[in-house]
Amino acid sequence: MRLNYPPNVRIVNVPCTGRVDVIHLLRAIETGADGVYVAGCMEGECHFRNGNIKAKRRVLAVKKILQEVGLEPERVEMFNVSASDGPRFAAIAREMTERVRALGPSPLRDPEVCAAWMEAAQ
Amino acid sequence: MVVAERKPIEEILAMVADFKKVLLVGCKGCVTVCCAGGTKEVGILGSALRIARKKQGNPLEVVEHTLERQCDPEYVDQLAPMLAGNGFDAVLSMACSVGPQFIAKKYTIPVYPMLNTTFIGGALEHGVWAEFCQSCGNCIIHNFGGLCPIARCSKSLMNGPCGGSANKKCEVSPEIDCIWHLIYDRMVELGQLEKLRPVFPIKDWSTSRDGGPRKIVREDLKL
Repeated sequence: MRLNYPPNVRIVNVPCTGRVDVIHLLRAIETGADGVYVAGCMEGECHFRNGNIKAKRRVLAVKKILQEVGLEPERVEMFNVSASDGPRFAAIAREMTERVRALGPSPLRDPEVCAAWMEAAQ
Repeated sequence: MVVAERKPIEEILAMVADFKKVLLVGCKGCVTVCCAGGTKEVGILGSALRIARKKQGNPLEVVEHTLERQCDPEYVDQLAPMLAGNGFDAVLSMACSVGPQFIAKKYTIPVYPMLNTTFIGGALEHGVWAEFCQSCGNCIIHNFGGLCPIARCSKSLMNGPCGGSANKKCEVSPEIDCIWHLIYDRMVELGQLEKLRPVFPIKDWSTSRDGGPRKIVREDLKL
């Protein structure tokens, strides 16, 4: 298929999105990720019955925490994409990248990195 | 078990506003089981506090540690090497309210509770807990089919139901089952409805909080 998706997306493999916990998403944000998203299977199609539903609830919990600590909850998101749907995988990578670009760099990043980002954006 | 829930992060941030370095201590007892203050929740709160303070440009160093229990002195004693000369401004306890009190008794350092200790209860399902006991100090549930009218009736009625019971629910909230309805159903199921006929006497509350803070002494267990 040779589809392109933004090179800023770093993929972390998990056996099922049911393995993703609140702390995994928080640590990514804490260590300077501008955004994190979970790409799970379509609802109702989880091989382990409901891993993606659990992941969705945990993403919501992280959104709530981010709001409480003063960060934009939009920096984390849950997407559903079939394992065989390459075009949608690329589309959500672009969608999330655009969303995070609009929000700007994470305030937790090194200030120099932020400055370089803003310069590049201009 | 003791069931608790974490205080709002905003409240916690206000507590630690003046601190630069804190020791966040979890407990592997009840609050681990009710997912409020175990190793996992310590990690989440620690991360949230660091994120919040880093964003404010006023970083907070949060050292995380989880004790076997915070309600036994021998485990609380284990904090001594960590608290000796490491520059902590305060200890944040993620145990039920017994934990911070044990830490405060042992160490001369400000201690803050991270949880609101809510009730003695059990899990109805994953992520849902309910109150089942009020620790009145004199269990009487055998008279009521094994269900507690003290903890689970909004009025703690010994002779219910009251006039506020409707459609199996309590008038306080449609979310609350009328325990007296459940007691009646249970006694019918057991074929013991006649046992509800006598009027139960007024409860003796001297075993509860009426006598002040309570204590149990077991000479056979002393070392």
